[in-house]
Amino acid sequence: MTALMLAWAITAAQMMLGFAMLCAVYRILMGPRAQDRVLGLDTFYVNAMLMLLAFGIQTGRTLYFEASLIIALLGFVGTVALAKFLMRGEVIE
Amino acid sequence: MIQAPELPFWAALIVALLVLAGAAVALIGSIGLLRFRSFYDRVHPPTIGTSLGTLLICLASIVCFSVLRTRPSVHEVLIFTFVTLTTPVTYMLLARAALYRDRTEGSDVPRDDESEDDASA
Repeated sequence: MTALMLAWAITAAQMMLGFAMLCAVYRILMGPRAQDRVLGLDTFYVNAMLMLLAFGIQTGRTLYFEASLIIALLGFVGTVALAKFLMRGEVIE
Repeated sequence: MIQAPELPFWAALIVALLVLAGAAVALIGSIGLLRFRSFYDRVHPPTIGTSLGTLLICLASIVCFSVLRTRPSVHEVLIFTFVTLTTPVTYMLLARAALYRDRTEGSDVPRDDESEDDASA
């Protein structure tokens, strides 16, 4: 009974996070400008990171924690590089 | 696929509430990203997902793994610290880039106050 309640709560949370990722995908695809797409990408990877944390709670394994830590690191670097590119037209000067 | 770890009732309740609240906050932030009109409005809503949403889901994960292993397990603090530190940097860089692009195009945005003395526009 307890496990069932927790299972439904985690599944509902994953569906909400999936819908949040869909909102971010809409913003990536529809723009209207480049900075909106970068913002959508940033939101997308944060939601994916939260989704992986939810998967980690669901399965009880720490593997997902490491994956979400890597997503957080690489997403930060990627968004900073894209913002720099929008500002200057090149990433490494 | 429906499955969940075997937790005592109080821990399961706490974890369920924290996960649901965190996911709801992240969803609200993303819907804000979808619905707001200008880019400078849209920069704001995702940050509630990256700050409060990450905090709540990391807390749920900490409670879950601490109870499962019967010892304190706080490595999710790493994710929370990192995301909280990097999100303002990212969004400030992005907003400055957008402002620079809008100024170059001559759009109706505030002028650069640092380089001009009579910033009365």
